[in-house]
Amino acid sequence: MHGRVKVKTTAQQEEEKKKEREKKLKIYIAARDACFSKRKEGIFDDEALQLTQQLLSSNPDIATLWNYRREILMHLETVRDEDEVQKIYQDELLFLESCLKVNPKSYGSWHHRGWVSARLPRPDWARELGLCDRCLSLDDRNFHCWDYRRMVVRMSGVPVEKELEFTDRLIGSNFSNYSSWHYRSTLLPLLHPECPEQDSPRCEPPLASPPPSPQTHFHRVCEEQLLKEYELVQNAFFTDPNDQSAWFYYRWLLGRAELEEMISCVYVSREEERVAVAFSRPVSALSVGLLLVLDGQPQRVEWRSVHPHFKHSPVWICDLPPGTISDTSNEHNLTVHLTETHTHKDCALYTGRSESWCRDTATDQELFRSELSVEKTSVLQSELQSVKQLQELEPLNKWCLLTIILLMRALDPLGYEKETLAHFQTLKEVDSMRSAYYSDLCSKFMIENTILKMEYAEVRVFSISDQNLTTLCHLDQLLLVTHINLSSNDLQRLPPQFAMLQCLEVLEADNNFIESLEGVYRLPKLEEVSLKNNKISTLADLQPLASCPKLKRLDLRGNPITQTAGVESQLAELLPSVTDLLL
Amino acid sequence: MAAEDLPSEFDVVILGTGLAESVVAAACSRVGQRVLHLDRRSYYAANWASFTFNGLLTWIQEQNSQTEEVRDWSSLLEEGEELLHLSDTDSASITNLQVFCYTKGAGEEEFSHDVFIRSDFQTVTFLNQSQAAQTPGEEPEAARPHPSAAQSQSEPTRKKLSYAQLVKEGRRFNIDLVSKLLFSRGSLVDLLIKSNVSRYAEFKNVTRILTYRHGNMEQVPCSRADVFASRQLLVVEKRKLMRFLNSCMEETEEQQAYNGRPYLDFLRDQQLGDNLQHFLLHSIAMVTEDTPTEEGLASTRHFLRCLGRYGNTPFLFPVYGLGEIPQCFCRMCAVFGGTYCLRHSVHCLIVDRDTNRYDAAHTGVCVFLSRAVLITDASVLPGESDQQVSMVTVPPAAAGGPTVKMVELCSSTMTCVPGTYLVHLTCQSTGSAHQDLSPVVTMMFRTTESEEPGNEHGRPFVLWCFYFNMADGSAVEVEGHQLPCNVYVCSGPDGSLGHEHAVKQAEFIFHKILPDEDFCPPAPNPEDIIYDGDEGAAGQEENQGEQESDL
Repeated sequence: MHGRVKVKTTAQQEEEKKKEREKKLKIYIAARDACFSKRKEGIFDDEALQLTQQLLSSNPDIATLWNYRREILMHLETVRDEDEVQKIYQDELLFLESCLKVNPKSYGSWHHRGWVSARLPRPDWARELGLCDRCLSLDDRNFHCWDYRRMVVRMSGVPVEKELEFTDRLIGSNFSNYSSWHYRSTLLPLLHPECPEQDSPRCEPPLASPPPSPQTHFHRVCEEQLLKEYELVQNAFFTDPNDQSAWFYYRWLLGRAELEEMISCVYVSREEERVAVAFSRPVSALSVGLLLVLDGQPQRVEWRSVHPHFKHSPVWICDLPPGTISDTSNEHNLTVHLTETHTHKDCALYTGRSESWCRDTATDQELFRSELSVEKTSVLQSELQSVKQLQELEPLNKWCLLTIILLMRALDPLGYEKETLAHFQTLKEVDSMRSAYYSDLCSKFMIENTILKMEYAEVRVFSISDQNLTTLCHLDQLLLVTHINLSSNDLQRLPPQFAMLQCLEVLEADNNFIESLEGVYRLPKLEEVSLKNNKISTLADLQPLASCPKLKRLDLRGNPITQTAGVESQLAELLPSVTDLLL
Repeated sequence: MAAEDLPSEFDVVILGTGLAESVVAAACSRVGQRVLHLDRRSYYAANWASFTFNGLLTWIQEQNSQTEEVRDWSSLLEEGEELLHLSDTDSASITNLQVFCYTKGAGEEEFSHDVFIRSDFQTVTFLNQSQAAQTPGEEPEAARPHPSAAQSQSEPTRKKLSYAQLVKEGRRFNIDLVSKLLFSRGSLVDLLIKSNVSRYAEFKNVTRILTYRHGNMEQVPCSRADVFASRQLLVVEKRKLMRFLNSCMEETEEQQAYNGRPYLDFLRDQQLGDNLQHFLLHSIAMVTEDTPTEEGLASTRHFLRCLGRYGNTPFLFPVYGLGEIPQCFCRMCAVFGGTYCLRHSVHCLIVDRDTNRYDAAHTGVCVFLSRAVLITDASVLPGESDQQVSMVTVPPAAAGGPTVKMVELCSSTMTCVPGTYLVHLTCQSTGSAHQDLSPVVTMMFRTTESEEPGNEHGRPFVLWCFYFNMADGSAVEVEGHQLPCNVYVCSGPDGSLGHEHAVKQAEFIFHKILPDEDFCPPAPNPEDIIYDGDEGAAGQEENQGEQESDL
């Protein structure tokens, strides 16, 4: 048709672009080679600065060139006066801005900017903070910029309140943002620390100088501010209950500080001449400086964890030199020192006693407290009410269900046990992709509940049969248990942690799916093992039992291994101590 | 044609530079048609135009003094042809113009109160001859003492612009005759992007949706961020609103059960509270209480689809006013060879009697829109930023009354001077524009100083306002006119908020003229155009189409 505009065909355009690219590539390679050879010759001049600038502005991810540039700049620092250096570095910042415009997520550019800002004789931090603001308003999840912002804040002492307001702004424009919520969680404890004295009505932020920096970590926030945060985060999860970031922040708000490292239990057995020590969390005996003092004499002993798998473990054991405490007519006093934290625990082994222990009286408040809060019950109760309100509107929301479970556990784990189990059932149905996770979590909570019940009953028997357990945990809490019944669950293995049950005499684990007995390892008092109807199929699976010297009775009925020919004689060879073998 | 080197043969002649006409012009030119685009006015965009303050004053005067010149063109006729006369004026499309000025002229204590009334019978009455009636060129205030001294005594905190200042700064206003917004996923935005016409214009996001409820201005939470930040909603309401907004995107059987029943019933049965119903009905769906559910849901979905494309509201507004848009299309037309001529009327068409039967029918327009344009001194809902572009829905005070759509523009849209806001009100006419809209204006704004003494946070003060009625373009039936088969008619602006009507019409007309051509294909980048070689310069006439606009 006449008058129609003639446009180049795509083939023509491609051809032109190709030529253009080839031309560019030639220039690029020439400049790159020139840079490398200049660096080799140790030339740090303005020309090199220009060459690297050209290259880096088209490709900011060549770390070598940034390094060369830094070498040049450091050289120039030595030969120019301060004003000139200031000028050079300011130009460098401008150049970096143009690089960041092209690629706002370049590691090289951000790192170099941090380096330049730190070396600038008269830095303009306000400008840098403004740059971060702009960058984060374009992409509020640019972690490079978040990192740089933290550096700017640290260097220039931006007040914590200002940074908190900044997170307010970002969360206001889009609350699906882990970075902002997390930043908040580092700022709040600085601005509104938890009152050390419970009776003081409200906390003033500390007027300490220098101003607290967001890098130091306290973990708790005073209650007044917590209530405001609960409200904020509720607005988020009521608006969009499927957004994880708000729920995670909520969990942080409800949570509490990690347990301090301390000795929770010392156990001594006269017969084995062995000491076992349990800690509040996994430690490495070598690094915490564990020291055993027996009757005033420091002992040279070798600490080992309960299983060779563990470099860190909550339970450590040591054997005393033979004959040290074997005489039952003697009384002994043991002290275990934790030199790192200057704490210790004493334990007395009285005359005529074959064993002794000293442990913290565990109450439900303290036992599993790293999970959820110590907030006043009324606060938790009202939080539970509002999350339940949301659940009425969104009966199938997994985050909501999970949070209800956690709140119920914080409030009254035994009282809410039935409801908790029902919610777990719903969770497994609505989020079937994670049903195994929920089963494990449910197992954990059931074990905690059983431990609590055992504590109240003050017995050394741990029985948790027919509860659909899929995993075992908190085994460090079972150091003193002598009888354990795990029958009729869904367990597939007795994990290495099982070796923490140093006092165990009887193990019942019938009707599970156990195929591995890794954790039944060097249990000095173990006499009876019942593993009816499990999945043990080879002799190698039973190998760990050989390390238990007192094992007398073993019931393997209903396991595939019983079908193997000649198994009886092989077992007799593997486990010579067993006198009572049921196949 | 005056200049000799201009072409004298055209494939398409388009009269009037309104939006639909300009889109057709660009579309035709873009596919190689020779386009002549004429407008009898001295400005682009016809009733879609934007004016400076002074330009608007001139325009108002012109509306009051139009005369039709009748000449006999029959000497041009040849055998077998006849004449079709075209009207020369906008006589029917703009009526009931009234201007009020409430700000002080310098040194004057009383308010000037100027009213022009132009009735449907085209009689012009000047009730009160004063500044506003004078032509801007006279600059009557220039000689008077500076106003700030007198004002600073009476009101120290809020400085108001005097009328003289409005005139002086008049060039910085861009006052639209129609008030519309672009839906982010509406047909106009799609067309602007598809055709690359968007490169000629800049846009600003409408920053918030407001509604007038129980005598208060409230922000409507419509995006996720708004709902999260809203202080008026309880958390449970937030959940209900979000859930409704998410669920209504898909059609369900439950919704279909409400077909034919009012949308309000449906909302009520969704357990949404009063305020949520209000937001959804008036501000999000922007329908009335008796709109059927399927229609209400469709507009709710359209609103929601538009959210988040460019910002937290579904609307865009062109910087420098809506009058820019037709001009951008004209520019595209000109870039691809279209010829433009303003101040040029076509008085009649010559029609081949044998091939084109027609009855010269002239349809009068009977449906009108009421419009008001206000220059105010403050936002209807002052917020953190004073640069907010607000879309405000004002539900009818009494059932059955017209819903007023209000757009408040701040100075960063380049439509008014800093310190002022330009407010557009639009509704379907029931009476004159003043009758329809002045109750809303007095409800939300102040027109006198004394009304609320000492109330600094009171309603915004109206410096100047202008009421008029404009024909509703959507009421003009384009089909069914007994016109020559190669003549197509465009209607003027319609009353809806978006531009769907005009874009649809333009596409329809384009496909009538050129059934096999692509409508506004992307314009190539300048570097991809081949300029050498002049092949195909002389072409044959393929299709003769002519359009007339503005009946």
